Amino acid sequence: MAASPSGVNRFYLLLGAIALAGIAALVYQVRKPKGVSIPANVTVLAADTAGFRGYVVGSDSAAVEVSEYADYQCPACQSFETIQFPAVREQLIVTGKVRWRYRDFPLDMHPNSRVAAHSAACAADQGKYWEMHAAIYDRQMEWADSRNAASLLSQLAGTLGMDRDAFDACMSSAKYAGRIQASLQEGTQLGVGSTPTFLIGGRLYAGAMSSDSLRAVIARAQPPRTP
Amino acid sequence: MGVALLSLVGLFIALYLYLYKIGQIGTLVCGTGSCETVQLSPQSRFLGVDVALIGVVGYAVLLLLSLLSLQPRFAGPAWPSRLLALLSGIAVLFTVYLTGLELFVIHAICRYCVASAAVIVLLFVLAVRDLRRSAALAA
Repeated sequence: MAASPSGVNRFYLLLGAIALAGIAALVYQVRKPKGVSIPANVTVLAADTAGFRGYVVGSDSAAVEVSEYADYQCPACQSFETIQFPAVREQLIVTGKVRWRYRDFPLDMHPNSRVAAHSAACAADQGKYWEMHAAIYDRQMEWADSRNAASLLSQLAGTLGMDRDAFDACMSSAKYAGRIQASLQEGTQLGVGSTPTFLIGGRLYAGAMSSDSLRAVIARAQPPRTP
Repeated sequence: MGVALLSLVGLFIALYLYLYKIGQIGTLVCGTGSCETVQLSPQSRFLGVDVALIGVVGYAVLLLLSLLSLQPRFAGPAWPSRLLALLSGIAVLFTVYLTGLELFVIHAICRYCVASAAVIVLLFVLAVRDLRRSAALAA
């Protein structure tokens, strides 16, 4: 059932035309501007930090406060968040012993870190900070090396039930760039040099600590009980 | 020839979804359906590999086989035609599994997945028909 030579030629022409059209459509889609950038060289204004000192979870009356300086794109931070933090939350935060304060500390070596931090800030606008925070770390492998992390994070926001239009508008505005930079500056002034670093009882502890180590450090940091 | 054309169409559908999955494409053009829900679900990976990537490789292999089967030296029911029918049959079964996940686990439908499902079913039918025809002619 051999096709005639002209039929074969027409077939290859059609195949080539479809291939060209498909390639052109894909190239167009890839090169379309995606448009979110969270600048690092931003001037921190008073309004960026007014009334804001990080994202807090835990009781106001907790005896100890832990500030975590972390970078969403840092693998060690991801490891701490996904492996150790659930136990920390359950044993120390939920029980009212510890108040946890998360501070952004985006490292220069991680190009998508600020975008991720900003997406968490935009999630906070919709009351979903901690859900987004956990999801960003959970899906770190998917967005970390992407050229279009903002889009992936926007999709993630959608799966968490956020208003995508509002979220995307927040991301495009880069309105929290100053807040992120202020958080970085604060950590730098304290002596933070790597992530994650924990500030507990006035001392810095660098590296992804285990929940057991954290518990021991926190126990030492607790004020002595009065009889 | 129809098999080769369908393989190419399927290849572009899978490539589009894979480029989206790895963040090279901003948003999926998905007027109806829940493309992003499906593409971002845990079920969008199979044994640790993106389903879209499996689609890219699968359609590329089918395209190659279909082009091989058109060569005069593979006329008749030669191995490329047989392998084509076999692999497209496996692809249909895999598609049934994925469609089941969409309907009963993710509870969302992606129009590109539906398009790919239609392509692979049609491709399988054509591959089997071509194989039977060439076997009958060779007999």
